[in-house]
Amino acid sequence: MNIPMEQGILLAAILFCLGLTGLLVRRNVIFMLMSVEVMLNAAGLAFIVGGAAQGNADGQVMFIFILAMTAAEVSVALALIIRMFNEFKSLDIDKASTMKG
Amino acid sequence: MNILFYIASFLAIWATLMMIINKNAVHALLYLIASLLAVSVIFFILGAPFAAALEVIIYAGAIMVLFVFVIMMLNVSGAEQKMERELLKPKAWIGPSVISAILLGELVYMLASQSVHPTVMQEVPPAAVGKLMFSKYILVVDLAAFLLMAGIIGAYHLGQKEKRNHHRYLKNENQNL
Repeated sequence: MNIPMEQGILLAAILFCLGLTGLLVRRNVIFMLMSVEVMLNAAGLAFIVGGAAQGNADGQVMFIFILAMTAAEVSVALALIIRMFNEFKSLDIDKASTMKG
Repeated sequence: MNILFYIASFLAIWATLMMIINKNAVHALLYLIASLLAVSVIFFILGAPFAAALEVIIYAGAIMVLFVFVIMMLNVSGAEQKMERELLKPKAWIGPSVISAILLGELVYMLASQSVHPTVMQEVPPAAVGKLMFSKYILVVDLAAFLLMAGIIGAYHLGQKEKRNHHRYLKNENQNL
């Protein structure tokens, strides 16, 4: 198992940029949330690769914290999406641009 | 082992790409699950079996099930899909793609300009992760617990139905406020 660290980081960078593209292109809130998931997962992958390169467990610990943060974020975001759907009868984020404050 | 890494990487990138360009929310979700499982294989190859198991159990298991529930609950209509198709024209996606490509190019340039580190990928057992987490990072574990508690309360509060006032007097009072 002699995978260079650069290749793992490169994979994480590609996944992060794909998630960023999805976040910017899609206007459906569910797709945007899924793209955020991809980006967080890429960040976790970068931590794991860094930890594996050093041979210590710090990277995995940080991955677990990212996982906990993601779980909390997803639950709140999905509740917000349900609220938004009840309010606007649509998942289009442009429909919510009338919210002021 | 190296070829496994490359296959899993390709699968992860391809599944993520398909997730972005898919029109159907459920299909996109299934592609996202495939991508997460591929990343889990990569974790296993990199010598992080505990992280790989957590990725499958929590990401692909719990979080994606939440997504499936919400998509089934909201019952997205065909009109939305037509609108999404409009958004997938080149005029809509070329700008963000260029921005992301520039960012990716910078990251690749930074990686390429460094000398390659020959790394020793050694397996880190779950026991080491647990020991480190509950000794050095115990404060962060507490903070994560606070965050999860706040998440639970926030989701509960946002998920509540709005209270409607049926009394005429109360309704007028609310309008005045």
